[in-house]
Amino acid sequence: MFSRQRDEAEPPVAFTVDGERFFGRATDSVAAAMLLNGKVATKRAAVSGSLRAPYCMMGVCFECLVAIDGIGNRQACLVRLREGMVIETGSNRRGVPA
Amino acid sequence: MTSAGASDYDVIVVGAGPAGLAAATLCASHGVSTLLLDEQYGPGGQIYRAIAETPLRDRSLLGKDYWRGKKLLRDFENCLAHYQAGATVWAIASNLETAYSVGGKARLAKPQKIILATGALERPAPIRGWTLPGVMTAGAAQILLKTSGLTSSGPTVLAGSGPLLWLLAWQYLRMGRKLDAILDTTPLTNYASAAGRIGPFLASPYFFKGLKLLLQVRAKVRVWSHVTELYAGGGDKVEFVGFKCAVGISRKIAVDTLLLHQGVIPNTSLTRALNCEHVWNELQACWQPVADEAGRTSVPGVAIAGDGSQISGALAAEHSGRIAALGALADLGILSKKDAANLAGTHRNALRNASTGRAFLDTLYRPSRALLSPLGETVVCRCEEVTAEQIRSAVDHGCQGPNQLKAFLRCGMGPCQGRLCGPTVTNIISDQTGRSPTDVGSYRIRQPIKPVTLDELSGLTAKNSDKISVNR
Repeated sequence: MFSRQRDEAEPPVAFTVDGERFFGRATDSVAAAMLLNGKVATKRAAVSGSLRAPYCMMGVCFECLVAIDGIGNRQACLVRLREGMVIETGSNRRGVPA
Repeated sequence: MTSAGASDYDVIVVGAGPAGLAAATLCASHGVSTLLLDEQYGPGGQIYRAIAETPLRDRSLLGKDYWRGKKLLRDFENCLAHYQAGATVWAIASNLETAYSVGGKARLAKPQKIILATGALERPAPIRGWTLPGVMTAGAAQILLKTSGLTSSGPTVLAGSGPLLWLLAWQYLRMGRKLDAILDTTPLTNYASAAGRIGPFLASPYFFKGLKLLLQVRAKVRVWSHVTELYAGGGDKVEFVGFKCAVGISRKIAVDTLLLHQGVIPNTSLTRALNCEHVWNELQACWQPVADEAGRTSVPGVAIAGDGSQISGALAAEHSGRIAALGALADLGILSKKDAANLAGTHRNALRNASTGRAFLDTLYRPSRALLSPLGETVVCRCEEVTAEQIRSAVDHGCQGPNQLKAFLRCGMGPCQGRLCGPTVTNIISDQTGRSPTDVGSYRIRQPIKPVTLDELSGLTAKNSDKISVNR
């Protein structure tokens, strides 16, 4: 969906999304790094469960909610990508334990 | 500029866009202890997003106007204000004590004065299918471009109305990116209304710049004008955009990315949460906080500057920031009222110049009624998936206003706290009842205005007076 055309010589930053390994750059937000790597969907809508993805990229729409390093419901567009970050999608809906 | 510790300040400025940077710089230059808080991890706000570290170092790519931000940043870096990036302000108490969180830790700071420079957001303009992955705002695409040098990679359509649409198209073309179409929803009737205001616009800095941009884009991209209907469709993500033009043409274009834009409106989250008075701006079809000539709101000690006060653009914002700073300095007794007024004079002239031609742009680009207050199955509240039809039906069944709508439909009760549905809800209720937006009102916003964990709250040090006030 999004690609980087001019790759400046900056060191890659490794991170995982739902267990899969990807690379971004230090200037990327988590949301940008996810979009760059084709991991577009971040959460499911509260009622219908349909997939949602970043919309505003500036922290007002709350569609980019993901779990980052174990903490859920973080706005991915506001968090700078860091080496080794563990991202999990679908964190906004919790199952009720049986 | 130094990084912030947890102590008290004379002035806290919220927002590091042009208004905030200019305000904080001016305050600090008069020897006042100043803290600049900003939610983003780098300064510049949205218009000068990533100004400190954008990977697009070739200045011709983003355009000359963007690089004005570098001067603002340099001036700020050379002043003695404290700056805290990644600071989300989630509450401001009536005594102005400001609660904010950095990296999952909450902090408190008590200023004498607050200058809010919280800027604007894209006007939410719901269309069928706008919640599909791959549908984003033009501003979002611009942010991805500025911070990460990303452009969309598949078939891309820009749809909407307003200067930002053309600027983004121009920047994409500079990046060598092809665009499949621009769907211009500017209503045909706006051209006649705007014609009456063209005089000042022709004399403004925007005219030549804007015309040049427009012509360059139109030479390379297929533009459909007077688009009256717009909708998106797809399964797990957006697959096509459908539209209808005033001349009767209907089309569908396959897309991977659909970028929407209908202008920007003040971000009123904090001003609403503080119970500042707001007024409905009929020309721009949005709410803005009531403020005096130095940005003082109806809440003592709280001033608003920049696009958060009234949409006037980036150049106007920095002058607005300086005027608010001078007001705060006068209120603090650092400057006499007379000296502050004299110093503000140059900035007022600059603000006036930077605002020339705005009325023309605002009139030309005022969104159609259909886009401001949609019908049918169009989702209005994205968080709770409430449609326009459900809202209109609730109104017909006696729902009196936006706040009662929360109880009827959970509309506005989701994580975005009404940021993306509020304006549309006011418009729809106004449309459905014939009452003015002023009469209809808006959501009451409660603090915290951003999510806070119990862990963060428990980390705040409680003073004895805090404990006593709870144990009463």
